[in-house]
Amino acid sequence: MGRYVIRRLLQMIPVFIGSTFLIFFMVYALGDPVAALFGDKAPDPATVARIRADLHLDQPLWKQYLLYMGAIFQGDFGTAFNGQPVTELMASAFPVTLRLTVVAIVIEIVIGITLGVVSGLKRGRPLDTGLLVLTLVVISVPTFVSGYLLQFLLGVKWGWVRPSVSSDARLDELILPGVVLALVSLAYVTRLSRTSIAENVRADYVRTAVAKGLPRRRVVTRHLLRNSLIPVVTFIGADIGALMGGAIVTERIFNIHGVGYQLYQGILRNNAPTVVGFVTILVIVFLVANLLVDLLYAVLDPRIRYA
Amino acid sequence: MRRATRHAKWAACATAVALAATACGGGDGGTGGADGVLSSSWGDPQNPIEPANTNEVQGGKVLDMLFRGLKRYDPKTGEARDMVAEKIETTDSQNFTITLKPGWKFSNGEPVTATSFTDAWNYGAHVENKQANSPFFSDIVGYEDVHPASGPAKAKTMRGLVVKNDRTFTVALKEKFSSWPETLGYQAFVPLPKTFFTDHAAWLAKPVGNGPYTVESYTRGSGMKLRRWDGYTGADKARNGGVDLVVYTDNNTAYTDLIAGNLDLVDDVPAQQLKNVRNDLGDRYINQPALIIQTLVFPLYRPEWNKPGMEKVRQGLSRAINRDEITKQIFQGTRTPAKDWTSPALGGDGGYREICGDACAYDPAAAKRLIEEGGGLPGGKVTLTSNVDTGSHRAWMDAVCNSVNNALGRGAVCTVNPIGTFADFRNQQTTFKFSGPFRSGWQADYPLIQNFLEPLYYTGGSSNYGKFSDKEFDGLVDKANREADQARAVKDFQAAEQILADQMPAIPLWYQNGSAGYSERLSDVTLNQFSVPVYDQIKVG
Repeated sequence: MGRYVIRRLLQMIPVFIGSTFLIFFMVYALGDPVAALFGDKAPDPATVARIRADLHLDQPLWKQYLLYMGAIFQGDFGTAFNGQPVTELMASAFPVTLRLTVVAIVIEIVIGITLGVVSGLKRGRPLDTGLLVLTLVVISVPTFVSGYLLQFLLGVKWGWVRPSVSSDARLDELILPGVVLALVSLAYVTRLSRTSIAENVRADYVRTAVAKGLPRRRVVTRHLLRNSLIPVVTFIGADIGALMGGAIVTERIFNIHGVGYQLYQGILRNNAPTVVGFVTILVIVFLVANLLVDLLYAVLDPRIRYA
Repeated sequence: MRRATRHAKWAACATAVALAATACGGGDGGTGGADGVLSSSWGDPQNPIEPANTNEVQGGKVLDMLFRGLKRYDPKTGEARDMVAEKIETTDSQNFTITLKPGWKFSNGEPVTATSFTDAWNYGAHVENKQANSPFFSDIVGYEDVHPASGPAKAKTMRGLVVKNDRTFTVALKEKFSSWPETLGYQAFVPLPKTFFTDHAAWLAKPVGNGPYTVESYTRGSGMKLRRWDGYTGADKARNGGVDLVVYTDNNTAYTDLIAGNLDLVDDVPAQQLKNVRNDLGDRYINQPALIIQTLVFPLYRPEWNKPGMEKVRQGLSRAINRDEITKQIFQGTRTPAKDWTSPALGGDGGYREICGDACAYDPAAAKRLIEEGGGLPGGKVTLTSNVDTGSHRAWMDAVCNSVNNALGRGAVCTVNPIGTFADFRNQQTTFKFSGPFRSGWQADYPLIQNFLEPLYYTGGSSNYGKFSDKEFDGLVDKANREADQARAVKDFQAAEQILADQMPAIPLWYQNGSAGYSERLSDVTLNQFSVPVYDQIKVG
């Protein structure tokens, strides 16, 4: 187990280096950011030369990358154009997005799995069919539609919530954005757990458990659910990373100043340190989440062992 | 007092359950009257908020509240009025003696002296400080020493600035520039307190100025709270208790917040909402011309666009664009069809006149004839270029092309070249890479006709991206700058503008309006010529 974890952690190093280089290269390919700093006015050549030298933009790409990586290992992620260090941006943005992600994941797990279990146990009944149709509808509606719609209905029309999230981004304010963010994944979680439950409900070990005379509740939670969760856990694990990085749309709609906001700003202004820094952290989140998922397999299914 | 009620409100919210959390903290504070605080939408300023490094509206908004310079443009008429300056005297339009009014102070108690200005200007001009607005000081003698075209600076200060005493300093310009005092209302020319230089980081975290507001708190990237400064001695004291600027990523969300009563003022109504704005806000919606013009500039550095006869083709293209229809359909009246190369916000005395005349009037038959007479489009085609990340640029480019294609009746001869980001567009524009007409948006720095013509069309002008060059035009601009009398200078500039009508180096498309919407709590909301709300005049409650 320990060796397995260490091997996996070591594997992250080449992935980390490769992905940061790719992102660095892509932001670089977007072009020179300096001209845009001057708006519609003519950039002053002497000032431009100074800024370019400061940002190492006058160096070849490989050297820029090495300088950037060298600085990262000293904890310096560079500076955004508004003069804020990227680490400061991260410190303010990641907690916000993390809270939003947690809200979304909790909603996904609680509602998604419950609906999946109910639906799987009642396979073929009207309730099951109804839920299938409902999830199909939810999957087909893009986030920006559900976002603006719920924001308008709950925020403006009925006035139940504030349409936008304040800069503190407290948990209660994040419930609506969390729901919007979770909606699509929620439908997937429901469908995945439904299929899995419906398959396993006829398995031998379930029949044995029922024959032993165990209460139904215990059969479902201890035996059936635990075995059926593996595909769902895989999905949710991958979803954590996707939600953190993919919340750009939701964060824009609800004016949440999280990772999506900073990434959007960074891309718009061609600010390599912001984009690369944030994406690098997201890559690490992805890798760690995947590792955790793999470890969870062993917990859920004792037949799986890591050496 | 306000504080306490707000805390109570948060507590109440925290106990409320989940989605039923209601509109907590909406509108920020319940007090009205002279102490009422209003909330207003904001965007994250691109650069740190230094006066000489701020060249966009969002940072400019804050500077306008925090600082008062030698002059200030009247928000209504655009006239440059003395603020901190008592008088600005000259005998030769080249050497100026500036005397300050007594009694001006920064909000930290430091008096505003002649040195506050000269230090600030020397800082803004110095190449090592990398200030985006440094070219604004380039008229001053000694600019080359602190800001050489390449290599290190040779001096710390500009020779042309000499402090005579606490309230007087002199400025020597390189050339005659009669309307130079009128440019001093621009924000790059404001004075700076000593702390700006001694503790720069702290100043940036909480800027200190000499204007009607002070900064209570500033959280970068999310908002700024400004409060009325009761020690302010200027005539334009703030009529409200303060302004909370809230950063919005999406102007649609800001608008939704305004409708829901969580925000008091939105100074950028999103295009998608323009259809509803009259219904939603009634007369709490402002839509007025600003000092912004959008043009299509021809790449005159390409011989195919610059050879004799092409002026007819360029005029023909201008006449093939149905400006009235496009501004109505795509911009819902938030743009006004252009009739010259300046802006109606200048006013008649300022030099606005419909100089473009017929050349800007839609006439498909004349367009077709002119283009044929001029020898046709280069290669039979024309491609329009713009960035498309903001401002409905894609939509209007398509519309202009359709208008041209319909007028010429030759099929799809006009195509668009959309560029993904503004940064990329600017790179190609400043390195002269375009082979067809490209968009140019120009927001004037000060309400002077000079600012609409000289930087854009003078030979070698700082923003002359089409490389237009005309001796007669240059001569008239030089003459206008030497003219001591403002009215005669304006006449010369208009004569120069007539040459643009004949040569058509850029097609005037439309003037961009400033727009804003506000809540029922506010009154006396106006926009200045730069489409920034005049915050100090707004009344709350």
